[in-house]
Formats: sequence, C-alpha cells, structure tokens
Amino acid sequence: MSTTIEQMNRVSFDADRIRADFPAATRTVHDGRRLVYLDNAATTLKPRVVVDALAEHMLLGASNVHRGLHYLSERATEAYEAARDSVCDFIHAAAREEIVFTNGTTAAINLVAHSFGSLLGEGDEIVVSQMEHHSNIVPWQLLCERRGCVLRVAPIDKNGELILDAYRDMLSDRTRLVSMVYVSNSLGTVNPIEEIIAGAHAVGAKVLVDAAQAVATRAIDVQALDCDFLAFSAHKLFGPTGVGVLYGKQVHLEAMPPFLGGGDMIASVRFEKTEYNRLPYKFEAGTGNIGGVIALKPAIDYVSAIGFDAIQAHEQDLLTYATDVLRGHEGLRLIGTAREKAAIVSFLVGEVHAHDVGSILDQEGVAIRAGHHCTQPVMEFFEVPATARASFSIYNTREDVDALSLAVRKVEELFE
Amino acid sequence: MSALDELYQQVIIEHNRKPRNFRVIENATYVAEGFNPICGDHFHIYIVVGDDGCIEDVAFDGKGCAISKASASMMTQALIGKSEIEARQLFAEFNSLAKGDLDPDKDDNTLGKLAVFSGIWKFPARVKCAVLAWHTATSALDEVDIVSTE
Ligand SMILES: Cc1ncc(COP(=O)(O)O)c(C=O)c1O
Repeated sequence: MSTTIEQMNRVSFDADRIRADFPAATRTVHDGRRLVYLDNAATTLKPRVVVDALAEHMLLGASNVHRGLHYLSERATEAYEAARDSVCDFIHAAAREEIVFTNGTTAAINLVAHSFGSLLGEGDEIVVSQMEHHSNIVPWQLLCERRGCVLRVAPIDKNGELILDAYRDMLSDRTRLVSMVYVSNSLGTVNPIEEIIAGAHAVGAKVLVDAAQAVATRAIDVQALDCDFLAFSAHKLFGPTGVGVLYGKQVHLEAMPPFLGGGDMIASVRFEKTEYNRLPYKFEAGTGNIGGVIALKPAIDYVSAIGFDAIQAHEQDLLTYATDVLRGHEGLRLIGTAREKAAIVSFLVGEVHAHDVGSILDQEGVAIRAGHHCTQPVMEFFEVPATARASFSIYNTREDVDALSLAVRKVEELFE
Repeated sequence: MSALDELYQQVIIEHNRKPRNFRVIENATYVAEGFNPICGDHFHIYIVVGDDGCIEDVAFDGKGCAISKASASMMTQALIGKSEIEARQLFAEFNSLAKGDLDPDKDDNTLGKLAVFSGIWKFPARVKCAVLAWHTATSALDEVDIVSTE
C-alpha cells in the first residue's frame, strides 16, 4: 500500500487515486447521486486498509491482550503494542509509556480532568479558550464543581482568532492548566499553539492540547511543542471510532493517580493494598477497543506515506478555492476568517437556517454538518444559532467545491 | 415532485418568509417555551382561551428553521376557534402525520392545509423541527413551562 502512495506522491497529489482507497468516497447517495463528503471534521472516511485490519482482528484474531498465553492473544498483544509504537513515532513522543489508549479525545480530556484534576484545589485556575469544543469545557466545569477550581476563558476576536494578549493577561501563578484546541472544529482557526504553551510554561502551568482536528492535517511533534498533554481521536484520522490517544509527559503521568480502576491497570490486588501497574497500563483499565487500536496503525501508516507536506498543500488549495468560491455568493457570510486556517469553512446563506441548508445540500449529495458543532459559546459569540460547515480532506477535490457551490445556489433559489 | 420540493413546498417557504401570528401576547392564558438544543430552534407559544373554552388567539415568537417556523405559523392559524379537545385532537393528528403514521388522503383527519407536512417523515432529522411548536403548544395546555425536543 505505502509504496504506491509514495510513488504517486513524488509525482503530484492525486486525490482521485486516494479516493479509490476509500470505498465510501466513491459511493452514491439518494438514488444515484455522487456523494460529495464534506463532513470530515465530524469524522473522516476510512480507507480499505484500516477496515481490513479491523476485520482481520475480529475474524481471525479476536483475542484479549496482555492476558492469554496462547497464540492468538500473543498476536493481538503484539499488534496492539505495535500500534502504540506507531503513535509514539507519529507524534514524536519520547517514550511509548507516554501513549495511553482511550476511547477518544473526550475520554482523554476527562482522564486528565479527573486524574491531574485531583491534584488541584480551591482557587487553582484552568484556562480554556472561547472556541473550545464542549468536550474541552464541560470536564473542567465538572472539575471546578468538585474541587473549587476556577475556569477562565480566553476570548476570541471577530475573525475567530484567539486574542493572545488577553490570554497572556489571564495567566498568573494561580494558573495550573491551560487546555486549548489546536485547530478549531467550527471556525477552522489554527491557534498559535507554541505561543500558548510558552505563555503557560512561563507561569508554571501545564498545557493540554486538544489535537482532535489537528492530527489529520499537520505533523505533530509533542517534544518540539513541549506540551504536557495532547489528545486526539482515531476516527478523525481515517481510523475507527471509539479509539483515542492521550499523550502525557512521563513525569506527569507517573505523578497522577489512576483514573478508572479495574483489570489491566494493576500490578497486584489485595484488600489491604493494591499496587498499580506501570505506565501506560496504569491508565488503561479494562478491555479496550483492541481491534480499533490495531486498526489505528494502518491509518497512521496511510497518512504518513502521503506525508503532511503534501496533505497541507492540497488542503490549503481547497481552503483557498472554497473560500473564494463561497465569497462569490452574494449574501453568504463566512464565520471564521482567521489568518491561519485548516480546510474547515463555516458559513451562513443569507437568512436561511443552517439546518435548511444542510437538508438541501444533502439532497444534492453534498454532506456537510449543520448545527453548533459542539461549540455553543462560538455560536453565541457570533450571534448565530448554528452554521453550515464544509470540511475537506485528502480525497476531496476542487470539483467537490464546485458541487458545494452549485448546491448552495439551490438553497438561494429555493429561498430566493 | 422531488423529495426536496416535497419538503420545501411553496406554502412552507411562504409561511417561513411571512410567519402569521408572529408576535407576543401579553396576559395569555397559557405560555410555554420550546427549544431544540441541537438546532438552536427556540420558540414561545402564547394561547388565549375565551370564556366559552375555545381558543381565541394563538401567537408565537422566536427563532427557527423554515420547517419549524412554517409549522408554528400554520399551527397558530389552525388552532384559533378550536376547543381544547379539538386542539389536542389536532396535535395528535399532526404528530402521526409527521411520523408517517397518518396518510391525509386516506385516513380521517382534521388537518386541512397542514397536510403539506405529509412528506416530512422521509426526512427523519427534520421531524423534530416540524413538531417543535406542536409539542410546545401541548405543554402550554398542560401548563408545563419548558419543553425540549431531542
Ligand atoms: C476540536 C475537537 N475536540 C474534541 C472533539 C471530541 O472528539 P470525540 O468525540 O472523538 O471524543 C472533537 C470532535 O468533534 C473536536 O472537533
């Protein structure tokens, strides 16, 4: 698989060739319309190699890990741990002990909120931004209720950019943790994550990076970033749902108490005293999504073979083209006009409600997301109930943007 | 008719553009608030019941998509003059219609113009838009203050 993509990539980015690896990308919907899938920020489509790995485990492997002494269990454990090594290399972690499998970004953030959060107390401050996904808001609100911490919110401006000065002013010796999104799922904004991290570290605070949207669009080097924690979901990286990764610096993970208790996370259990397992297993209680973890490796191999330079160039071309084309629609309003953006475009068509836009586009075969995108504070800031959002990936083309534009034209005609 | 034309019939587009009884009624007999947290649709429904027990006036205000707004607008027109029992009967019929359990051409009903919503069940994600105002009005009569679909 990887050789053909590498060869192809040396010539030029060939979205059609990539599309052929994703059966869903070439299917039809609504009685024969070509599917134009522009809901990649919600979840990406899956290439055949990922589904094959998942199916192979389910059909031929289906064993638990770290337990059995038999052949299948050993193979499953090998594949599971190989996926961990693959994630470790992919995000340039210093050690495999720093890679904890969870069932998604949300679960990873909740793990930190509970475990790291249990070390916090009254008056300790946590800073998030106004553009966070609900999964990076609610766990902190719950923590604040439990421990008497204070949640502070760094504001954004009308382009959907973080106001860095306001963020810096918010930091103090009371700040314990900054938890911020790298790439906003509703605005497309790419945050200046290095500066955010440097600011936090200057006051001694730790930083959690929500990389849910970043992970499929740019190379991530946790050591270069120097972030303390980083979370992402496999399903936004062409992998299966129900699998996520929490990266944490080893010194932090060592100092943190376990989150969930159960099997696998223990070294020995006695009613007098239980010894916890070493990292990363201390944080992996119970049987996880073994097949899903195993299938994350081919997903990582797949994007790595294409390479993020090529992916970014392709997606930036789509972003620029889509922005231009949509700006050509009179009365269309773009929500999220940051200088640095990923290929995510939120918009409103005149006065038409985003759900009407979504239904009409869907009938044309164009799949977008309409709603608040789990970022209600962003909607409130822009004073809109919801937006339509087109988000692009490696298999999308300029023709898909044209299809989007034609479908938007339909909305305009219908609502005149 | 294409599925899309069936969803966005002219009547619906027209009610969305110019919603009827789109206002606040001070001192209404019943008021309720309905919202759909997924879409951000949010309405107030006001119902005035006269001494004879019949609905004298109905109005709504708030924000919503074309389907929820047109449905609310047409509902207000349909309810005026009805007794509470007739109104509840209509709510039940509209619910069945929206779910595809009632065929206005075959089954006995008092829906009248509301039959334009007969294709909505083909758009499962939009059924909740169509029924929002109706659920809210029912809860107003039941004297429940806030209702949420989804
Ligand atoms: C920025 C961001 N953070 C967090 C999440 C939550 O991811 P998951 O639902 O996979 O846990 C998402 C997914 O929608 C997201 O876009």
